[in-house]
Amino acid sequence: MSAAAEERNARAPWALTAPALMLFVGVLLIPLAMTVMLSFHDWGQYKGIEPVFILKNWHEIATDPYYAEMFWRTFRIAILTTLLTAVLGAPEAYILNRMSGGWKSFFLLIILGPLLISVVARTLGWALLFGGNNGLVNKLLMSLGVIRSPIPFMFTETGMVVALAHVMMPFMVLSVWAALQRLDPQIENAATSLGAGPATIIRRIIMPQIMPGVLSGAIIVFSLSASAFATPAIIGGRRLKVAATLAYDEFLNTLNWPLGAAVATLLLVALVLIVVGSNALIERRYAEVFR
Amino acid sequence: MRRNGPLALIFHTIFVIVMVAPILVVCLVAFTPEGFLSLPTNGFSLRWFRTIANYPEFVHAFWVSLGLGALSSLVALLFAVPAALAIARYRFRGRDALAALFLSPLMIPHVVLGIAFLRFFTSAGMSGSFAALIIAHVIIVFPFALRLTLAAATGMDLSVEMAAISLGANGWTLFRRVTLPLILPGVISGWALAFIQSFDDLTMTVFLAAPGTETLPVRMFLYIQDNIDPLVTSVSACVIAITMTALILLDRFYGLDRVLAGKGDTGR
Repeated sequence: MSAAAEERNARAPWALTAPALMLFVGVLLIPLAMTVMLSFHDWGQYKGIEPVFILKNWHEIATDPYYAEMFWRTFRIAILTTLLTAVLGAPEAYILNRMSGGWKSFFLLIILGPLLISVVARTLGWALLFGGNNGLVNKLLMSLGVIRSPIPFMFTETGMVVALAHVMMPFMVLSVWAALQRLDPQIENAATSLGAGPATIIRRIIMPQIMPGVLSGAIIVFSLSASAFATPAIIGGRRLKVAATLAYDEFLNTLNWPLGAAVATLLLVALVLIVVGSNALIERRYAEVFR
Repeated sequence: MRRNGPLALIFHTIFVIVMVAPILVVCLVAFTPEGFLSLPTNGFSLRWFRTIANYPEFVHAFWVSLGLGALSSLVALLFAVPAALAIARYRFRGRDALAALFLSPLMIPHVVLGIAFLRFFTSAGMSGSFAALIIAHVIIVFPFALRLTLAAATGMDLSVEMAAISLGANGWTLFRRVTLPLILPGVISGWALAFIQSFDDLTMTVFLAAPGTETLPVRMFLYIQDNIDPLVTSVSACVIAITMTALILLDRFYGLDRVLAGKGDTGR
């Protein structure tokens, strides 16, 4: 290869990625930096936003117990949602994986398809099912004798967790399903031939091997639940606030943009730390699986 | 292959019913002949679908969503295809960092993106405009367009290009006549997945949309905030039908499992 051609080759990838790179710097990195700066600006009911550098918003978030309670609620809902999806999604992925070809792809489509259906429509479905004290879910649970008095689902954390778990379930099933694809089915047969029962096989053979899948699914579900907006806003109504709906209120109702920007920045930083940290932990703990 | 026991099948049946129930109930209520929310027990009626026509803001929002999804996915591909070819073919310094940057909109909460874009476009004097919506949507659908194009470009047989070059093709001709047709299934699937993402986005768009540029999810969300009636179920049923159509197309062209397998890594 001539020197000119080699030089062209070295420049080619940069020429090809330059438009996208400029787009991302111009309309992603700069707006994000502007948001972080905004969180240090001052705001007043009558004077609007003042471009000064103060810690007022951060101080308010750190000291006012309202924000601690709201962030704690956000993460509590996200943790419960993650647990629910893991406890139900992992067995379902295992059952799916044992089905024969045609059924497997049919049910995979049914379970994963909702991932691409509008979150507003899916949450609306739950609002209809919950619908007050005599909603369909309560009627069904009472007629089955599971509960005596109706559980309030609308405008409660219980309802939010159920609806969010439904919205996030496909991510968990997918993640565990991907882990199951790496599993050698002969290991189960080997365990049976050595005298292990079904319970032992699940506990000693299957569980340790799909754990990385469950954990990486849990990270996805957790980060998406903690920043979810549509489901908490529709099920929680105007009273029960989580981080995303609070930021929305500050921006579009109260118009206190600097405070809203501080809430959003804190959410982003917390999530990035949690996701990066737990990813690193999982990869160290299960290094042999990822090799 | 081992079989599932009866307990496993009962669990599976309940699981599938719960997964489908909310979507099914929306579609059923949409056909109610009554004037209030109820399951259609006395026959089916299309009255609530006809009522949509009396609400021009829903019809307008639908066209905004459709145009926004189609255009922003197309623009995203214009940027993503060259970037995907570079990432797939060259090993250069900063390649991993670039790929991470291009996929980063998947990791940033949409509420944060919405706030960042609102701040940015307000300073630029573009807030609430359709152009601002397009630019914002290009960013959020970019990872999906990039990922499917990248998969196609990585799997491509380079010897075909070599043959074309030896026959005298180069530059634009090479791309248009050889490379593009070979990666086209990936590009079309990338467009379809990007379209669905744009068409369904609420969280980011709700910050940017103004009266006149409200998308369908935003219009539906604002409507639900005030009251829930059968009208919003019939609109939802239409949205579900459109997404299903795009889903089936994706499945035919590309295989849904491959599309979704890519989506499973969003947290990485």
